[in-house]
Amino acid sequence: MNSIVDHLWLIPAIPLAASLSILSLNHSRRKIASGLAIVGQIVALGMSILAFVTTLQTPGFRAFQNFAWFTFGDQSLRIGFVLDPLAAAMLVMVTLVGLCIFLFSIGYMSADKNFSRFFAYLSFFSGAMLGVVIANSLLLLFIFWELVGLASYLLIGFWIDRPSAAAAAKKAFITTRIGDMGLFLGILWLYHQSGTLLFYNNGGGCLETAGLLGASATGIALLIFCGAVGKSGQFPLHVWLPDAMEGPTPVSALIHAATMVAAGVFLVARVYPIFSVGAINGVTPSLTVVVWIGVITGLMAALIAVAQFDIKRILAYSTVSQLGLMMVSLGVGGVAAGIMHLLAHGFFKALLFLGAGSVIHGLHHEQDIRKMGGLRSRMRITFLTYAVGMMALSGVPLFFSGAWTKEEILHATSQWPKSHVPHYLMMLGVVLTALYMTRQIIYVFFGNRERDAHESPRVMTMPLIVLAICAVAFSVVLTPAWPWLDRYLLGESVHVDLARLISPMLITSFVLVAIGIGLGILFYRRVASHDRQADPLETAQPMLFRFLANKMWLDEVYARTIIALCKTASRVFDWFDRCVWDGIVRAVGSLGQISGIFTTNIDERGINAGVDETTSGARGVGRLMSAAHSGQIQTYLGAIGLGMLALLILYAWLG
Amino acid sequence: MITALILIPLIGAFVVSAGRFRYARFIALIFNSLAAVCAFLIWQKFDTSAAGLQLVERHVWIPSIGAEYLVGVDGLSLLLVLLTTILFPFALLAQKIERGACALMLVMQAALYGTFTAQNFVLWFLFYEMSLVPAFLLIKIYGGDKRDRAAVKFFIYTFLGSVAMLLGFLGIYFARSTFDFAQLGDLAKSGPLLSGKIAWLVFAGIFLGLAVKVPLFPFHTWLPDAYETAPTGVSMVLTGALSKMGVYGFIRLLLPLFPNEIKILGPWLLALAVISILVGSLVAWAQTDLKRMVAYLSINHLGYCMLGLFAVSTRSTSSLIDMHAALSGVFVQIFNHGITAAALFYFVGLLEQRRGARGLADFSGLMQRAPLLCGWMSVAMFSSLGLPGLNGFIGEFLIFKGSFAVAASFTAVAVLGLLFTAVTFMRAMQSLFSGPLANSCNAIIDLSRDETFVIVPVTLLMFAIGLAPQFLFNIFNTTVVHMARLFA
Amino acid sequence: MTLSILLIVSAALFSIGLLAALSRRHAIFILIGIEMMLAAANINFIAFWRFNPQPQPTGVIVAIFAIAIAAAEAAVGLALVIAVYRHYRTSNVDQLDQLKG
Repeated sequence: MNSIVDHLWLIPAIPLAASLSILSLNHSRRKIASGLAIVGQIVALGMSILAFVTTLQTPGFRAFQNFAWFTFGDQSLRIGFVLDPLAAAMLVMVTLVGLCIFLFSIGYMSADKNFSRFFAYLSFFSGAMLGVVIANSLLLLFIFWELVGLASYLLIGFWIDRPSAAAAAKKAFITTRIGDMGLFLGILWLYHQSGTLLFYNNGGGCLETAGLLGASATGIALLIFCGAVGKSGQFPLHVWLPDAMEGPTPVSALIHAATMVAAGVFLVARVYPIFSVGAINGVTPSLTVVVWIGVITGLMAALIAVAQFDIKRILAYSTVSQLGLMMVSLGVGGVAAGIMHLLAHGFFKALLFLGAGSVIHGLHHEQDIRKMGGLRSRMRITFLTYAVGMMALSGVPLFFSGAWTKEEILHATSQWPKSHVPHYLMMLGVVLTALYMTRQIIYVFFGNRERDAHESPRVMTMPLIVLAICAVAFSVVLTPAWPWLDRYLLGESVHVDLARLISPMLITSFVLVAIGIGLGILFYRRVASHDRQADPLETAQPMLFRFLANKMWLDEVYARTIIALCKTASRVFDWFDRCVWDGIVRAVGSLGQISGIFTTNIDERGINAGVDETTSGARGVGRLMSAAHSGQIQTYLGAIGLGMLALLILYAWLG
Repeated sequence: MITALILIPLIGAFVVSAGRFRYARFIALIFNSLAAVCAFLIWQKFDTSAAGLQLVERHVWIPSIGAEYLVGVDGLSLLLVLLTTILFPFALLAQKIERGACALMLVMQAALYGTFTAQNFVLWFLFYEMSLVPAFLLIKIYGGDKRDRAAVKFFIYTFLGSVAMLLGFLGIYFARSTFDFAQLGDLAKSGPLLSGKIAWLVFAGIFLGLAVKVPLFPFHTWLPDAYETAPTGVSMVLTGALSKMGVYGFIRLLLPLFPNEIKILGPWLLALAVISILVGSLVAWAQTDLKRMVAYLSINHLGYCMLGLFAVSTRSTSSLIDMHAALSGVFVQIFNHGITAAALFYFVGLLEQRRGARGLADFSGLMQRAPLLCGWMSVAMFSSLGLPGLNGFIGEFLIFKGSFAVAASFTAVAVLGLLFTAVTFMRAMQSLFSGPLANSCNAIIDLSRDETFVIVPVTLLMFAIGLAPQFLFNIFNTTVVHMARLFA
Repeated sequence: MTLSILLIVSAALFSIGLLAALSRRHAIFILIGIEMMLAAANINFIAFWRFNPQPQPTGVIVAIFAIAIAAAEAAVGLALVIAVYRHYRTSNVDQLDQLKG
């Protein structure tokens, strides 16, 4: 039974190995590349299901395998892998959604010349993500976490010749890294306080002894939450996620909808014991922060989504909003509800993104929803599956997975003792979700515009169908009547209780969704039939609409404040370095130079000058004397004669 | 054995400069590999479970001033010897290199081996200064633009530091009449080496000498100029090995000999290290010249080393695990920075050879022309920015782990350095690799087979340290335990 | 025949010789001038010997020596002039200024 736990490391290792072998392959081996990636993913899926089945044997199953990574000094750093319901459920979701997306990519990327590199990156991502899920050490989790970030950097910037893609990739990497630095500090603090980073270690892991952390738990939890904020696109670090839509659509589906962005939520769920240290009525300061960040994110992103025209950006903001919802759920104590929503969201959001990808593919890379319309009949499978996804996301009750999980979350928020504001704001969020999804679907599929569109090939529609089935079928394990997944995650046994199927909350959420969809139809019903009409909201509230369409100008605000500050700082330091510090060095240097010049002058003008003058005097006399020696013997003779004469005269004169 | 290690490159230098060989680099590489064999044998003979010096060779040299010929290795020395052994062939292969430069490189290699193994101050100082001369000549003769200025600045600056250090050590010698590191360490353990103002003066002198060499902010301004101007291979050695002499000096001299002074100055020293980290990364962000950028990041990375060291030695309250973590982290970081920064300089050199320029704006869309070059270069960059799975992360994690316990706030600020490093590299990658292919980059060719052979082993080493670093830790674990006991 | 006449003739001869030695440019003429001055000196010696009240043979002997030396000097001088002429292709002393300072 434990053989699967012993070999758990293979689940991330196999896709990683597949990735490496694809990278070492020749570029032109496209079939082998995609084949390797998909086989790797299938093996990982198989093992994940095996692992999942293992966890079913006992409620609250938990097995781990720890080992020393390396020894420093006489201490060793231990890491390990863990298998528990949380990990197992995530494993299955990630591998299943991943497989669908891999298959979809074969069709979507078929014309790309870097086809095999794309699959290498996808496999790499998948491996890293699976590593995050099964890590039994915050350090190991962080390692895979960063690798996930790297993979998302590579995938967002996959179309390297597009400057916007490169900028988006950079933004994603740096923005998430800001959060990761917080997480890193949290890890250091936790390591310092608890002396281990293993989650579970037979009572010695940091989660099992979280109660001993005491007052520092709040700080550690908040720092860890920073990482989750970055990765899961929570306010204020959400800005990278919509830009990340520059990547190929399967990437958006895999990374920015189903798996990677969920890693933040997963992280909070994983280290939940640290968040809930010292809880009174399930409320701790750190969890309160989580709730409010989640509320702000959820509502803000839902509002922005209403005013976007790029099909993928709408979905991106929807993702941000749903992640906020999950955070709220975790924050108010509904861990299972949050994770359930995470899983359900993984399926239907991947479905929506792939559907959007299919639309984009069919329309030859057109992403503006104002230029779409009337695709209902031309892309039938895409439309039907997309509609399933839309209803699941909006939370249409009874048959769609999203409805049950949202109801759970609303239920959890209503129970939160501290405040009811999150509950009502989340209800507003549900209405908005239904509204913008209705808006999108009307824009894209309804109306009778004639477009040159074609249905996507089977390799692309099959994953859509599988995911749509998942999105619907998944609701079976979510209903309050048989809350199997809920209990499975909490490690309790489950019974069927049909009476709980219809709860007041279900009716509330039904009403909310109806309001949302109704409003959507009311606002946008004419858009479909008229060509090139302005958005009704834009005509009604132009200022507000611009505010939302420009993403509340948050990018601009950041660019003008934090980024500008850092850039200025870097320039100032550069200037300091060149001018001040180097200036001091040069000043000291020139002091030496000046003293050198000074002593040189004393030497030259003072001491040397006397010697020089004497020698030059002697030389001048010599030169003068030599002038007399003309070499003319007659002159000499004349001189002798004159001399004799002079002597004679002298003699005569003297007497 | 160690004497042979030091002599082999020296003999090589004579052979290369005396003979009129056409393949000077080839001859130099032969001597490099001989030295490598020697270093490998030392590694084999080295008993990793024993603390203290091993393979000691001791001869009378100048007894009247207490100078002995005393060489030996412990874990730290061995690590640095191995690093030097790896770096020199790498640096020689980085570019076409003239006969004279080959000879000078070999002299420098010998000097480095000497510095890392000498255990007596006079001998150590001899080798320490011996490395300076070839470095100066290499910059002065074979450097790029502004080489005269940069070489003179480099020489005078570091030489001034050395003079200060020499004076400091003379002060110690007159008080304690020994130059032996081990004896001095024992003396310092039993009581302060010097007292009163003299102690502070001596401390300041030695500190200055080492801080210039590392370099620590604000004694770093020679570095960007020197690294920028020096030829690729020389930059690689300067950053990879020469800067380590400073860190080595801190570990070997300053920390054991002046524990009290360091404790008193603790917060200030930590602040200097943190400022080095931040300034290094921030200024690197503002650079447009790739070589200068890498040079500033060197300051940043060595700042992490200094942070770890100062954290270990400033508080006596820190627990053993934190000391072990910080010291191990520093050792790993020394090694990592050696190979990673050298690799970065190597790649910048390749780009410069191909394009004739090395500004950020001179390149665009390289990924389309040279995917292999970009791929391997990205690995080096990611290693440098501390991506887990590559070597940089291990060292930085351990350093931060160790320093967090002692100086949480300093560590928290220092972590910002990781962020700015990431920003710097992301910016570089964006403008070099992606975007439309610039016309000027059309002629750029991908890695040749020879270049791939050079870079693959180094990159594999980065991965090896990042994934399974135990083989590296084995070298110095006992030394770490021993040192931690010394500092505690 | 008085001493003064002889002395006047000697002085005249000396002056003519000096003039010749100073003014002529040709080396041989200069030599001739020098010989004339020597001859004037010899006349002086002989004249003072002849009009000496206590005759001693000193003057004659000095004159004979001088004549012999003059002959030798003339021979050497002429040989030098010829050698100089062969070497410099000139015997004009103005052009022979190799020894100037």
